[in-house]
Amino acid sequence: MAMAQALPNDGVMRAADGTPLKVALARAERAEKLKAMALVLPLFAFIIFSFVVPILIMLYNSVYDPDVAENMPQTVVALKSWDGKDLPPEEVFAAFVADMKEAQRNKQTALIGKRLNYEMSGIRSKVVATGRKIGSIEAAPYRDQVIAIDKVWGEPETWATIKRSASDYTPFYILSMLDLRQNPDGSIEAVPADRAIYKSILARTLGISLLVTLLTLVLGYPVAYLLATSPQRTASILMIFVLLPFWTSLLVRTTAWMVLMTDGGVFAGLLHLTGITWFLNLIGVLNGEPQLFKTRFATVVAMTHIQLPFTLLPIYSVMKTISPTYMRAAKSLGGTPFYSFIRVYMPQTLPGVAAGCLLTFILCLGYYITPAIVGGPTDQMISGFIERAINSENNWGKASALGVILLTATLILYYVYNKLVGIDRMKLG
Amino acid sequence: MAVPAYYTRGETIMYYAVRVFVALVLLFLIAPILAVMPLSFNSESFFTYPMPGFSLKWYNDFFFNPRWSGAVKMSFLVAIATTILATFLGTLAALGLSRANFPAKATIMAILISPMIVPVIISAVGMFKFYASLDLVGTRLGIILAHTALATPFVVITVTATLSSFDKTLMRAGASCGAAPHTVFFRVVMPLILPGMISGALFAFVTSFDEVVVVLFLASPEDRTLPLQMFSGIREMISPTITAAATVLVLISTAMLVTLELLRRRSERLRGVAPN
Repeated sequence: MAMAQALPNDGVMRAADGTPLKVALARAERAEKLKAMALVLPLFAFIIFSFVVPILIMLYNSVYDPDVAENMPQTVVALKSWDGKDLPPEEVFAAFVADMKEAQRNKQTALIGKRLNYEMSGIRSKVVATGRKIGSIEAAPYRDQVIAIDKVWGEPETWATIKRSASDYTPFYILSMLDLRQNPDGSIEAVPADRAIYKSILARTLGISLLVTLLTLVLGYPVAYLLATSPQRTASILMIFVLLPFWTSLLVRTTAWMVLMTDGGVFAGLLHLTGITWFLNLIGVLNGEPQLFKTRFATVVAMTHIQLPFTLLPIYSVMKTISPTYMRAAKSLGGTPFYSFIRVYMPQTLPGVAAGCLLTFILCLGYYITPAIVGGPTDQMISGFIERAINSENNWGKASALGVILLTATLILYYVYNKLVGIDRMKLG
Repeated sequence: MAVPAYYTRGETIMYYAVRVFVALVLLFLIAPILAVMPLSFNSESFFTYPMPGFSLKWYNDFFFNPRWSGAVKMSFLVAIATTILATFLGTLAALGLSRANFPAKATIMAILISPMIVPVIISAVGMFKFYASLDLVGTRLGIILAHTALATPFVVITVTATLSSFDKTLMRAGASCGAAPHTVFFRVVMPLILPGMISGALFAFVTSFDEVVVVLFLASPEDRTLPLQMFSGIREMISPTITAAATVLVLISTAMLVTLELLRRRSERLRGVAPN
């Protein structure tokens, strides 16, 4: 009590120890906040370290490319003052000889050749061959001796390419993944049509994803409707048909489709048995038995099968919340069932449709396993090309640039999804 | 379910058409999975019906060939370690995130969930390069760390969902009865959020157990997981042992599904929500 009397009587509410209530509350809230942050910190740090940083480094690789700058340091400096019109002056060739001798000693000529080859096809072997012969050049004049080793060094274009690759940072990979290239003068133009392949890969990835999303919607919507409106007991049984595939691994389901779609396999037998093969032959779409394995058809069917629950379940959970009274009201006002369904029921399911379709579309963009197993070479999507760029071509710049494109598309859609649905409200199972 | 008496003929046709359509879609969903299972008992090594004879030799190969049984062991080891790590980290984070007024909650949540959204090939390639610089490529630790990153979002989501219906006054009640914070957690909070934790753990387990792409980059050729063994098997030479492996995996996922469903019911009973 003595303490309470010592407090000034200024109308401020105070806690038992005399601190103003506001301050005490703020202090308690700050402590709570710190505690909450301390709980999140371990996972946050872990995700940043094991996931975010690796991806950022990879993305950085799509523009960071020091192979030429590191291995031809003198040439790069000497080329700085070159105007790019005629052959470079003698001192560039002198620097080039010195750099190549060094590179040959360090066994780096193949690396230089590989990097230059991306922009000038065919130069790789010439660089390597030049590296082997460069030791024979001992004194000036360098220019003619170098050109004598290979004519390619007598072309200004070669030196323009080296000059362009000289920076540690290059827009080359990202540009070429969009079928663009940089001219020697720095302007950007489209590559010739016969070398433009990446846009078609992008278009294919988007096309397959869109088709699969539409198919899952068309197939999934009626199922979700029946699940949501059936009596509980029926619905739980039907739900097993949706959840069992959902829980079965993607690889197993892809394997199943591969087994079913092999030539002369179960699927072909089924088509034969139901007369579909006969019918397709009749109308001239097909000649003989269908070839299913390693086709676009197999890819789309398998992906639709795998993604169907992802589209269906969000639609189902939204439909679950729609009260049947709306439909009754619509009908009692004279709407036919069909009209009531279109005008009253369907608009209410749109949030679920958007959530399900976006999720499926996002996941489809990143498909790798399924097209790799049941698709043919012309059915591979971006992910497949990323895998190949690394495992077959050892081209990190290309893989990273494709990664940038795929990730950008995914993150934009993820942002939309987050705004629309809220990621923490994502339904699982 | 009968057709309502007031339906017109056109409506009746629609009614049955929808049901037939749905039946076909459900068949499409389940048939491929069921059709593969009998083929794993085929005595010949091709994939079509009718089967000439019955044999368990592919299962014999699956369980006793060290290539496959080693892969199964490796998969379980990695998946269990991943589950423990992911459940621990994910539950802690969910507890923190569910507190009121968490700063920048949406952003942090988006970052924590991102491994689920980022295409797995990008994660795999990024981790491959980064983990190579730490000498983690080809090690089990590397795979476990990578899988944990991919699996934690599932734990965060399920536990956060459970916590959203958790009555926080119970914690205060516990504290006012004199329990220390950790006692409140273990005696009050955990029993109530346990179903969420377990389903999160199951998701984490399945994520790791089924994952192929990251393993494709991070595993050493001698130390394959089961999905990687299947994937390489498919690419190199198709052996019917793959159908046996697929059948076993389907059985495992069925067991998971049943467990999850039981948990969901238990959780609803605990919260006093009658299963609707």
